[in-house]
Amino acid sequence: MRFVTVSGPPAVGKTAVIIKTLEHLQREGRKVGVVKFDCLATEDDALYRKQGIAVRKGLAGALCPDHYFVSNVEECVQWGLAEGLDVLVSESAGLCNRCSPHIREVLAVCVIDNLSGTDAPRKIGPMLKAADVVVITKGDIVSQAEREVFAARVRMVNPKAAIMHVNGITGQGSFELGTLWRGTTETATVEGLRLRFSMPAALCSYCLGETRIGADYQMGNVRKMDLELPTGAKTDGGPGAATDREDRT
Amino acid sequence: MSVQFAGMTVEAVLGRWPFVEQFLAERGLAGVLDEPQADLEAVLPEQALIDLGAFVAEMEAFLGAGSQEVRELTIRGGRAKDGSPEPLAELTVRVGEVICIVGPTGSGKSRLLGDIEWVARGDTPTGRHVLINGEVPGDEWRFGSGPRLVAQLSQNMNFVMDLSVREFLTLHAESRQASEPAEKIERIWSWANELAGEPFAMDTPVTSLSGGQSRALMIADTAVLSASPVVLIDEIENAGIDRRQALDILVRQEKIVLMATHDPILALMGDRRVVIAGGAMQKVIEPSAQERANLDELKALDARLMELRRRLRAGERLDVI
Ligand SMILES: Nc1nc2c(ncn2[C@@H]2O[C@H](COP(=O)(O)OP(=O)(O)OP(=O)(O)O)[C@@H](O)[C@H]2O)c(=O)[nH]1
Ligand SMILES: [Mg+2]
Ligand SMILES: [Zn+2]
Ligand SMILES: [Zn+2]
Repeated sequence: MRFVTVSGPPAVGKTAVIIKTLEHLQREGRKVGVVKFDCLATEDDALYRKQGIAVRKGLAGALCPDHYFVSNVEECVQWGLAEGLDVLVSESAGLCNRCSPHIREVLAVCVIDNLSGTDAPRKIGPMLKAADVVVITKGDIVSQAEREVFAARVRMVNPKAAIMHVNGITGQGSFELGTLWRGTTETATVEGLRLRFSMPAALCSYCLGETRIGADYQMGNVRKMDLELPTGAKTDGGPGAATDREDRT
Repeated sequence: MSVQFAGMTVEAVLGRWPFVEQFLAERGLAGVLDEPQADLEAVLPEQALIDLGAFVAEMEAFLGAGSQEVRELTIRGGRAKDGSPEPLAELTVRVGEVICIVGPTGSGKSRLLGDIEWVARGDTPTGRHVLINGEVPGDEWRFGSGPRLVAQLSQNMNFVMDLSVREFLTLHAESRQASEPAEKIERIWSWANELAGEPFAMDTPVTSLSGGQSRALMIADTAVLSASPVVLIDEIENAGIDRRQALDILVRQEKIVLMATHDPILALMGDRRVVIAGGAMQKVIEPSAQERANLDELKALDARLMELRRRLRAGERLDVI
């Protein structure tokens, strides 16, 4: 299964870009799924379901969504495998500019829009800095000059990333983004992989700088999503991992 | 790829690559700036020097300093939506040409433009190939840090930055690390004023320009400051802008101009027009002498319509037209 982590500030067009990109992969006969991470509420799961995309959502509540993400990502990967997905995408609302959900050896995409202002790339922090691919949206409503200035600012923060311009409404550029997704390496588990950036603020082991993934490393305020894994699928609900019923979709 | 700083003072490095200042500030190395005459290699830690060398190389590529000159694009036909071979097997467009793209909505115009932007290598749904100067281009146009192949101008685009015209152009020139920025900014402003007809000042906020003024500024700015060799225009409204002159400005700056349009006047202003249907390029039409002659009549018609619009706006009756 190909696994892609997508992050980005609220309302930049993550869902729009993911749907347009997955459409091309679906047309090629691939089975695709998304796990959406948000804070309090999201309607994105309905949008995905309408497109025939398997979906699960997780609401972090008071926790930083990226901390919540890393506490649940291995289970999400196992869910994707159990569903027989060819491509699994995680969408996280990057609400915390100190954290990022990007994992080493997993294709990391950051979405950011042309309307967020020239200082935005500098403020967004790790989720932009550590991305392999930066997708810039909403180029259809600003001038060429603003697109160039914005891309230059992104480049200053992340000189290595592939910068792609995608229109979330028309899908322009999404086929091209899809070629990167389907071409990324296979992920069978993220257990033992490391986050690209350690996460500050102390609530759980990850707050304390832990970067390894898996139940053995999770302590403190860890909440588990209920993904309704079929029996036999490998789960990671270690001791102290409370099941969170609200997260059922 | 990396840049060496042997023998360069801090001041010299900053003079050549002003963006180095931000690099140093972000890494807490701004103290180096207090010694402008010092040898950069002597004052920066080794790892920072290595990172800076790589960063400057990436930025140079991004800014197009080393980008290749594009003289022509060749589009090799692929297949239509029904899988049949594309009727127009090959199309070559050169710098300084204006090519119109005509065809109904949904006929495949966007995919053609997408194929050009992505420099297709038979790896898009149409199976087309795009060559640059007759050769298969590398990945740099797709993911490289250099400029994109295509700059875009469309009716829906607006300025969103809260800046005056001068500040706006200065910001764009800086981000492109343009040489002689002051001259370029003046030139863009004066060209835009010629195009727009209704003049605007350098200290006008870009967000308060009229539709025609905005379009004029976008065209002049793209012509002079954008590093993309191809300019894609999706219509140019007739109101408030001299369209012939707009195309001339782009052509003079050695752009390849692609224009998706249904406007007969614009279509006849092009050097050639490509007809798209069923997801494929059907044929190329070169305007005949008769078509060119008709252009004058169309312009006269257009002028009459414009005058009627003006009268309507002025509150007049149109009993006599
Ligand atoms: N004009 C324009 N609008 C866009 C583009 N991409 C997305 N949008 C619009 O932006 C709004 C937000 O898009 P979403 O895809 O929901 O954004 P998101 O990042 O997933 O939002 P959250 O998940 O709530 O953080 C929607 O109204 C989209 O239609 C684009 O390229 N151009
Ligand atoms: Mg969303
Ligand atoms: Zn956080
Ligand atoms: Zn935590």
